[in-house]
Amino acid sequence: MALNKTLRPGLIQLRVLDLDKTLSFYKDILGLNEVGRTADGRVMLKGYDEFDHHSVTLRLADSAGFDSAAFKVDSHETLEQIRSAAQAFGYAVDEVPPNTDQPGFGKRYGFKLCTGHRLEVYCDVEPARQRPMIKNPDLWGDEPPRGMRVQRLDHFLLFGPGISEAERFCTEVLGMFVPEICNTPDGKRLATWITSSNKPHDLAFVEYPEPGKIHHIGFFLQDWNDVGAAADLIGKNRLKLDIGPTRHAITRGMTIYFWEPSGNRIETYAGGYTAYPDNPQRVWDTDSLGRGLFYYSGELIDSFLQIVT
Amino acid sequence: MGGAGRAEKFAVRVAGTGEQFACGEDEFVLDAMMRARSGPVRHGCCGGGCGVCKMKVERGSVFAAKRMSRAHVSEEEQREGIVLLCCVQPRGDLLLSPARHRTRENA
Ligand code: FES
Ligand SMILES: [Fe+2]
Repeated sequence: MALNKTLRPGLIQLRVLDLDKTLSFYKDILGLNEVGRTADGRVMLKGYDEFDHHSVTLRLADSAGFDSAAFKVDSHETLEQIRSAAQAFGYAVDEVPPNTDQPGFGKRYGFKLCTGHRLEVYCDVEPARQRPMIKNPDLWGDEPPRGMRVQRLDHFLLFGPGISEAERFCTEVLGMFVPEICNTPDGKRLATWITSSNKPHDLAFVEYPEPGKIHHIGFFLQDWNDVGAAADLIGKNRLKLDIGPTRHAITRGMTIYFWEPSGNRIETYAGGYTAYPDNPQRVWDTDSLGRGLFYYSGELIDSFLQIVT
Repeated sequence: MGGAGRAEKFAVRVAGTGEQFACGEDEFVLDAMMRARSGPVRHGCCGGGCGVCKMKVERGSVFAAKRMSRAHVSEEEQREGIVLLCCVQPRGDLLLSPARHRTRENA
């Protein structure tokens, strides 16, 4: 049972500069499965342990970065409730009809946050053809997980202006909660980690002057061993490493950050604490953020703070 | 040194700094700059997406072996010699200078 009526981030669409090279990274190295292509040539992908039609769409464009992300909710009733709550919040809501730009997906409602990001909600989505087994299930089906063996989309970190409003939208409209925050010395929100489930974060925001930016997309790995195996593949394939393998104190995840061929930052992430909405919120001061992000070194690195797409 | 050894090496200079490093013709200028720890850019996505390696080629010519994000280099800027160093390889000795950073609203 989900903790909230909003279930999880079920879909993200990213812009890429070189579709063939970048797709080959997502398939052969990260280990996502290709689901198919849209009529306009975008590529749909999913993790081997995901049940729904697809979770990642890549769009060839003249810039890299974030197009949109969509959250799955538990019912039509919730979907309609979110639509009116978003309007009451003051955001315009548009409707994307079923099976149009995202094949397999039912009706979606979309809104643009003050941070410049488009978020959507949906409740219906067709099952994927390749699904995890459910009857006396093996760990995986006919085909063993490939490459870094990512199981599923986990979370994403967005950069933009006005994140306290975005945080309020996620809690008031989407019914999520905020296990962890970081404030500036004068008490303004610098970063916020937000979830609708037991995961420590489904999405996160960092305050940033330019709208619509993405810092990274996080994919879930089984454990610390798989974090190490992913690092081996970063070396072998000459991918550009940002930092890791290391440990977050924030979320407590085990992690590596690196860039895919179009310059979007990817995180392969395992672990994380169990979040409950009734637990007290964890609060970070800006001067402790180094330890919060990179627990072993305790030091922030410029590339991690400065590079976004 | 890495590389096949057959590829020609060019000299890359950064205007106003006296800094200079070598870059093979089959090598991205940013990789050479980072390896030499010389010049203003010390990190990057290396995929043409983030824009942190934006500079102007004042003298010399480059080959764009990777696509550069239009959010960071407009067509007009590209005509003026502005590049993302992680996307270009030298085709002669180069003189680089800083470029103004801007980001287009994503479309
Ligand atoms: S390093 Fe990101 S665009 Fe060159
Ligand atoms: Fe993350």
